[in-house]
Amino acid sequence: MIRGGFARGNGQAATARTAAGPALRTVGVSRRYGEEAGAVWAVDRLDLDVPAGQTLAVTGPSGCGKSTLLQLLGGLDRPTEGEVWLGGRRIDGLGERALARLRRRAVGFVFQAYHLMHELSAAQNVELPALLAGASPRTARARAAELLDRVGLADRARHLPSELSGGQRQRVAVARALVNEPLVVLADEPTGNLDSAATYDILRLFGELRAAGQTLVVVTHDERVAATADRVVSLRDGALADDIRLDGHGTGLAGEGSDDGSGRPGPGHDDGGGSGLGAMLAWED
Amino acid sequence: MQDVVLALLVKEPSHGYELRQRLAAALGPLGESLNAGQVYVTLTRLEKAGLVVAEREDVPVRGPRRKVYALTAAGQERVAAWMAEGAGPRPDVTEFHLKLVAAAESGAADPLALVDARRRELMRTLAETQRAALDHGAHARAGLLLEGISLRLQADLRWLEACERTWSGRARRGEGGGAG
Repeated sequence: MIRGGFARGNGQAATARTAAGPALRTVGVSRRYGEEAGAVWAVDRLDLDVPAGQTLAVTGPSGCGKSTLLQLLGGLDRPTEGEVWLGGRRIDGLGERALARLRRRAVGFVFQAYHLMHELSAAQNVELPALLAGASPRTARARAAELLDRVGLADRARHLPSELSGGQRQRVAVARALVNEPLVVLADEPTGNLDSAATYDILRLFGELRAAGQTLVVVTHDERVAATADRVVSLRDGALADDIRLDGHGTGLAGEGSDDGSGRPGPGHDDGGGSGLGAMLAWED
Repeated sequence: MQDVVLALLVKEPSHGYELRQRLAAALGPLGESLNAGQVYVTLTRLEKAGLVVAEREDVPVRGPRRKVYALTAAGQERVAAWMAEGAGPRPDVTEFHLKLVAAAESGAADPLALVDARRRELMRTLAETQRAALDHGAHARAGLLLEGISLRLQADLRWLEACERTWSGRARRGEGGGAG
């Protein structure tokens, strides 16, 4: 159903992979809502490094701060204190215009409710961020056509969002997020409105992005979505509660097993573990 | 059952009636199906296996002198091994619940550390299941089986969130010990 791959010959993802430092980094970042007595720390002194090419899932109960964290990472919101780095550049102090430019070029957003423009076709929705970033109409059109083909919607390019299913709308949104070859793709509950089959389509798409080296951060309350990432961090009350590697080679990465910040005793090292699926099959003779 | 009874003896020696009360409190309505004999049968087996020793009470609080059971060194080792072992991919909710209760009461392990370890174990199995499901295609029959497995694992992970909330709340308020 989803054709083609996301192998990229050029672009920032390849560059970022070889560059020193993580694609995303927060240093002691906090975000407070409200004042004084009523103040709530949605994110509380969080340190997080996301290496280029990693797919990271952020999970936790409602109100744990995961969506706020995503907005801080993408420059949609500013921290109350601490630092946010994107591609080796500190962004928390940037002015509004510089931040908007950076978001357009370096960040692709995917939201639960798609946020497509109702009056534009699928192709026009994908083209729009390219045009805003200064691409020629011809280039934008070509990129949109290519991306819609990759997400399996070449034959829906002229359809309005209202003529598409939820799963198809979200695939348009993913294509739109990719049109400027962003350094990072940030997705907030991307499967929250989707049924099981459409969820698997999006997960397959993310799998292709991952194979192509795209840095991807997915905020989700769905453990089945989180389980497809290289790494899962759990937030509790705005702080890191756990940090799990699922990429099959759980050792050798900097900070492995030591950056969970939970302060709890217990299995500090997350050593990969063995196969569990095979053992689901237990014959009773 | 044997592991649970052993773990309940870590904190201090106890007699059968009290053990049954503590088990029933931890199990709630499920504990109603626990008959009095089961605990004593288990204790007798554990005694034969050399995991507990039984002594008569010196001075009965009331009634006749009852048998007080205490862990042997081998019994303590077995509790430690049970606390450390993973629950496996097909989890038994009741057993894990009792393990958390016993861990908190006895101090033999931190319930939150057990929850973390269990979450990691389940997430790994879920990751493997999802990888297989994505490889197989959602419409194949095997895909349907994998979806069923992943939904069960998800249910277990959500229950762990509830466990975490409960036990971290108790730890904060210093209510870790005590049955019920």
